[in-house]
Amino acid sequence: MSDKATLPRWIDIGLLPLINLIFAISISAAVVLIIGENPIEVAGILIYGALGYEEGIGYTLYYATNFLFTGLAVAVAFHAGLFNIGGEGQAYLGGLGAALVCLNFPNLHWAIIIPMAIIATAFFGALWAFIPAYLRAKRGSHEVITTIMFNLIAGSLMSYLLIYILSPEGTNQPLTDRFTPNSNIPKMHDMLSWFGIEFESSPLNMSFFLALLCAFGMWVLIWRTRFGYAVRTQGFSPSAATYAGISSAKVIIITMCISGALAGMLAVNESVAVAERLIIEFAGGFGFVGIAVALMGRNHPVGIVLASILFGILYQGGADLAFEIPTISKEMIVLIQGLIILFMGALEYMFKPVMLNVYHTLASGQSDTSVGEAS
Amino acid sequence: MTDQVDFAIELKNISKSFGAVQANKNIHLKVEKGTIHGIVGENGAGKSTLMSILYGFYKADQGEIFVNGKLTQIHNSKEAIAAGIGMVHQHFMLVENFTILENVILGAEGGQMLAKGEGHAREELARLQKDYGLTVDPDAIVEDVSVGQQQRVEILKALYRGAEILILDEPTGVLTPKEVDQLFAILLQLKEQGTTIIMITHKLREIMHITDNVSVMRRGEIIADRVTKNTNPQELAELMVGRSVLLKVDKGPAEPKEKLLEIKGLEYVDEQGVKRIKGVDLHVRAGEILGIAGVSGNGQSLMLEIIAGITKASKGEMLIKGKPVDIVKGVDAGQIRDMDVAHVPEDRHEMGLVLQFEEWENSILGYHNDPKYSNGQILKPGVIRQDARDMMEKFDIRPRNERLTSAKFSGGNQQKIVIAREINSDPDILLIGQPTRGVDIGAIEYIHNQIVAMRDAGKAVLLVSVELDEILSLSDRTIVMFDGNISGERITSETNDGDLGLLMAGIDSQQQDATNKGAQ
Repeated sequence: MSDKATLPRWIDIGLLPLINLIFAISISAAVVLIIGENPIEVAGILIYGALGYEEGIGYTLYYATNFLFTGLAVAVAFHAGLFNIGGEGQAYLGGLGAALVCLNFPNLHWAIIIPMAIIATAFFGALWAFIPAYLRAKRGSHEVITTIMFNLIAGSLMSYLLIYILSPEGTNQPLTDRFTPNSNIPKMHDMLSWFGIEFESSPLNMSFFLALLCAFGMWVLIWRTRFGYAVRTQGFSPSAATYAGISSAKVIIITMCISGALAGMLAVNESVAVAERLIIEFAGGFGFVGIAVALMGRNHPVGIVLASILFGILYQGGADLAFEIPTISKEMIVLIQGLIILFMGALEYMFKPVMLNVYHTLASGQSDTSVGEAS
Repeated sequence: MTDQVDFAIELKNISKSFGAVQANKNIHLKVEKGTIHGIVGENGAGKSTLMSILYGFYKADQGEIFVNGKLTQIHNSKEAIAAGIGMVHQHFMLVENFTILENVILGAEGGQMLAKGEGHAREELARLQKDYGLTVDPDAIVEDVSVGQQQRVEILKALYRGAEILILDEPTGVLTPKEVDQLFAILLQLKEQGTTIIMITHKLREIMHITDNVSVMRRGEIIADRVTKNTNPQELAELMVGRSVLLKVDKGPAEPKEKLLEIKGLEYVDEQGVKRIKGVDLHVRAGEILGIAGVSGNGQSLMLEIIAGITKASKGEMLIKGKPVDIVKGVDAGQIRDMDVAHVPEDRHEMGLVLQFEEWENSILGYHNDPKYSNGQILKPGVIRQDARDMMEKFDIRPRNERLTSAKFSGGNQQKIVIAREINSDPDILLIGQPTRGVDIGAIEYIHNQIVAMRDAGKAVLLVSVELDEILSLSDRTIVMFDGNISGERITSETNDGDLGLLMAGIDSQQQDATNKGAQ
């Protein structure tokens, strides 16, 4: 029989997360009961709101796009042993990149300005991650502290820019002019209509595919390139990396910049495609939820895609729920998300010892009976 | 009964295993009250484990502990202190940014309000200082005072808690010679006042100098108890090292050729400002195995890391195949590897392998930039896995599954993964540290033969090992390191374990003979 401490893969990455999810949902249901609502009805509304009609699906995937970018950002850094909590600020700065391109080159053809805008969001996000990365690599300043600080600096900087510099004259709103129509990224319902398919209007747009592409790109980067090999070596064992002649400074700086670039691309979805302008605090917490998404997705692109969609469902379904049942407030949705994060992340291994017991008892029971049959 | 001796400590039949490793085996030990009792042995002989059992860090699998003749259960350090046992660890356990006084009363503050306890402690410290010559400034911050002073704080901590039996684990390892003298003066004074002292060390000179009795440990057992004045370093060295049968390696005479690796004036000063390597010169020729023996911690491991490009030297020059390499400004391990130097590191878990990787991923660690393994940035997993499978076949790595996580291989097979990778890179110079640490007998023989095969193929091999047997059976020339210096060099075929054992303790018998003859 195999090792006592291990479980088959299907239990480890399939059944255990499912049990955790069920527990999170059960406790959420109990809370719903306490406030006097019917949990089954609530679940029904939530799921219908997220997946039951076209517009709902559109919104779910639109939110999932944001979570994909920020979740991938956290995961990439994690593989190098870095904890990038600065997704929020990096995304915010990404928006600045988008605005600079889209406002300054209004007459460029879409095939030029859209790639330029995407590159600008990535570049500005990377730039904002570069400083903490440099400080970590050369000075040893811990990236958790510096990236948190950089979120605050980004917030102040962007408020200043949006109020005093970027907002058009004569307005008192902290947002920019509308971006040039050339930089419009096609919405999903528009694209489907080109093929004669009717789909209700929603903010879901091509950025979703960009995010999926990034997920695939991340897989290639981490598991199929020389650099990814260096990243994982550094992440697992810095001393082995030194032994192998891998420059930790180089790995830290490049990985953090890639992480920042991914977070920055959140602005492609939020600013370039949907708002079509830069609005104050557009990154609105997506950066932080990215940490939970990466955690839940176990820092693997496939897991992150699934986790992003789950969070998309919670966001969209939750919004519908708050609308349908006023006693269930927005905070209630945050509570459910919190429970899911708690069970999937912090308590990830809570049920593992139980599972180990159950599995090995069952397995040995089986082998016992087979012995009995043989004799 | 006038010859009745009082024993402060009596251990009966103590055994302790960690997994499959038996760290202590049926230990019987008697420590007379009011004496200094030395415990010597090589690294890994089980000395520290035994003391940890006595101090309540580990629980023995079996056996009994008598303190002052009374059967005592010691489950944790609190109970050890209650029984009057104090311990000074090799690595101090002090709060660096507290004052000495605060450190002394830590855990024995005497109530919620510090002022009262501090007042009492101040008086008590003054008394201890007067009685034992343990002078310290109670208001100095610990990180500002010297290592010797910090050690005094540790001793004071134990005495403050009423320790009558003091265990010192390698107390002189971090001290300067002058501080060692001061420490010994204090220990003698403590003994005078009736304190019993157990001192763990591997330095035979210190044993001879200060102890009354000495017990020798080897491979988890106490193999000899001696009254210090009735023994000599030669005997202790032989006991420590053991006269076990050498693992014979089938090897012909070496045919050394040109110098491939040369080091001149190598020095290393660590972060605390302690000189760990004090000017070492050596060379390794093509077609020879140079063995570096020594009790671990005498600079040989550091030297290996410096040569491999992992640690920067403070001073010195290195020539690889006649080409100078700047080891002070620093080269990285990759650059050294590019000069056809392969390195089997001492610690395969820390350096040689990434345990979370699958075996095939570890088969390119350090060689991942080799053009044959990638197409630009994109790795070629097919090629890498094929190479990994070939290596597994050639070096008999079991199980033959390159997709298995490296942590799941046995110690011997993990070591083979590293050695296979390094030998497979076809280096001109092979650096190899503790090649058979934690490796089973079968694999040892195989690894030894591989090392000899490298030599016969005209490679220069630098072997660092704490196993004397290994050095004696493999190397053609042997250098012994002691306290950051080379304490002697021998043609291996013209020396023996006793001679090397003495060199490991810093005593060169050949030179002594020479001076004796000179005097006559």
